[in-house]
Amino acid sequence: MSTSGVLVLGDELGPKGRRRVRIATGVSLVIVAGLMVVAVRRLDDRGQLDWERWEPLTQWSVQKFLLLGLWATVRAAATAMVLALMLGALLALMRLSQTPPVRWLAAALIEFFRGVPLILLIFFTFFGLRRYGIDVSAFRALVIALTVYNGAVLGEVFRAGIRSLDRGQTEAAHAIGLGYWQAMLLVVIPQAARRMVPAIVSQMVTLLKDTSLGFVITFEELLRRGRSTGEFFGNQLQVYAYVAVLYIVVNFTLGRIARWLEIRQRRRLGASTIVVGGTDDLLTTGVQAVGTIGYEAGGLGGSAADRGVAG
Amino acid sequence: MDVVLDNLDVFWRGMRTTASLTVLSFAMAMVIGVVVAACRVSPIPPLRAAGALYVEAVRNTPLTVLMILFFFGLTKVGIRYGTFTTAVIVLGGYTGAFVGEMVRSGVNAVSLGQGEAARAIGLTFPQSLRLVILPQALRTVVAPLGGLFVALVKNSSIASLIAVKDLTYLTNQLGNDTARYIPVFLGAAVAYLAITIPAGIAIVWLDRRVAIRR
Repeated sequence: MSTSGVLVLGDELGPKGRRRVRIATGVSLVIVAGLMVVAVRRLDDRGQLDWERWEPLTQWSVQKFLLLGLWATVRAAATAMVLALMLGALLALMRLSQTPPVRWLAAALIEFFRGVPLILLIFFTFFGLRRYGIDVSAFRALVIALTVYNGAVLGEVFRAGIRSLDRGQTEAAHAIGLGYWQAMLLVVIPQAARRMVPAIVSQMVTLLKDTSLGFVITFEELLRRGRSTGEFFGNQLQVYAYVAVLYIVVNFTLGRIARWLEIRQRRRLGASTIVVGGTDDLLTTGVQAVGTIGYEAGGLGGSAADRGVAG
Repeated sequence: MDVVLDNLDVFWRGMRTTASLTVLSFAMAMVIGVVVAACRVSPIPPLRAAGALYVEAVRNTPLTVLMILFFFGLTKVGIRYGTFTTAVIVLGGYTGAFVGEMVRSGVNAVSLGQGEAARAIGLTFPQSLRLVILPQALRTVVAPLGGLFVALVKNSSIASLIAVKDLTYLTNQLGNDTARYIPVFLGAAVAYLAITIPAGIAIVWLDRRVAIRR
């Protein structure tokens, strides 16, 4: 991609424009470098760059401790994801049901659980249930909360996916004599599922990030173990930074997979995918459910380069 | 139920803190987001790289980690703010990355002819961005930005981790003190919905009002 063709400007810059860009490039490089120097000096002044603060991170026992934390994070996220997919499918089917009370119940559950902050749900499943004599482990409390919340979000993804399918598909299925469930299972869901794959993978990223909330209920996941490590060696800043990097690596990879699936999907089907999860956790709201159904994937977040590939 | 009715003032205090957290950090996020988006669509390579790096790093880090990193980590380099200020900075910075992506997608949605026309009449890049492109771009992303706002109301609950006395913090405490978790929890949920639902309605209204009809 040529930088001068940059999106908004449309066409190549002239000699004057190019010179201006060169000057601005120089100036901004100086500014960025200056900021970095200030930050590094500040860290150095406070002894945060001293080797003994970073050294623990090179010990295998510390790495093992942290990576086992990451493993706990992944395990909780994977368990919750599988359960949330099942719950989401159930809620979506209920919400599309032809019996009004079932529909209302599903809508109420979805709206309620999506409208409540996850951390409140986690507090409830951990501290709350305990008060009523239901003793749950931190792992289970976290998984239950994540399942309920993401089940509600995925329920909306599934519903949007099913509804995005042309009505003609259902009608044709009925015309050849299939009943409601047959039409759903044989015609509608297989097609809708393919469109939803990228949104589901994006939701996985969100879920994995949210697993760090297990921290508050002493679940031994990555962040919690990072905290123990930081307190033990007195190098919180370094350990938290390292934990952040681990999260970034994992989530960035998942995000790339989502993007790749989305592009492949569009190229193959020429169809739009559902973008509920495309912009991550921040779009999991009632308003968005309406907005997302019609959104083309390229509209949100897809860069011009990607569109070129997909187009 | 009377646990909730007897402690309405607790809920009210929590709601006020949550609301001000949300509004302040959203304002900050808008500023950061527009700047980041401007960097990412600018023809200047270092700015584009910096913008991309910011967005990818922030979006892929859990908000919890950012909150803790800033709260416990930055004190190590002698930067120290109150918990509320820290929460606003972290929430604003986090949400700003998402706003940036949305505004950028809005910029991409503005037809190419607009940018070309702006250049044809002699506007410089910053001028055309400020006067022509961004006003149109922002109008197309009102609904997604509204979604962000509503999500931010919920995300602000992460501030309770660093003891900001928001709705989540206070209601969890109330649940602990009274041992009546279910009514308190339901009360908290209603309080959150009392913020998010009107916000959602306002967004739909605003979106209709400013929508560009083509």
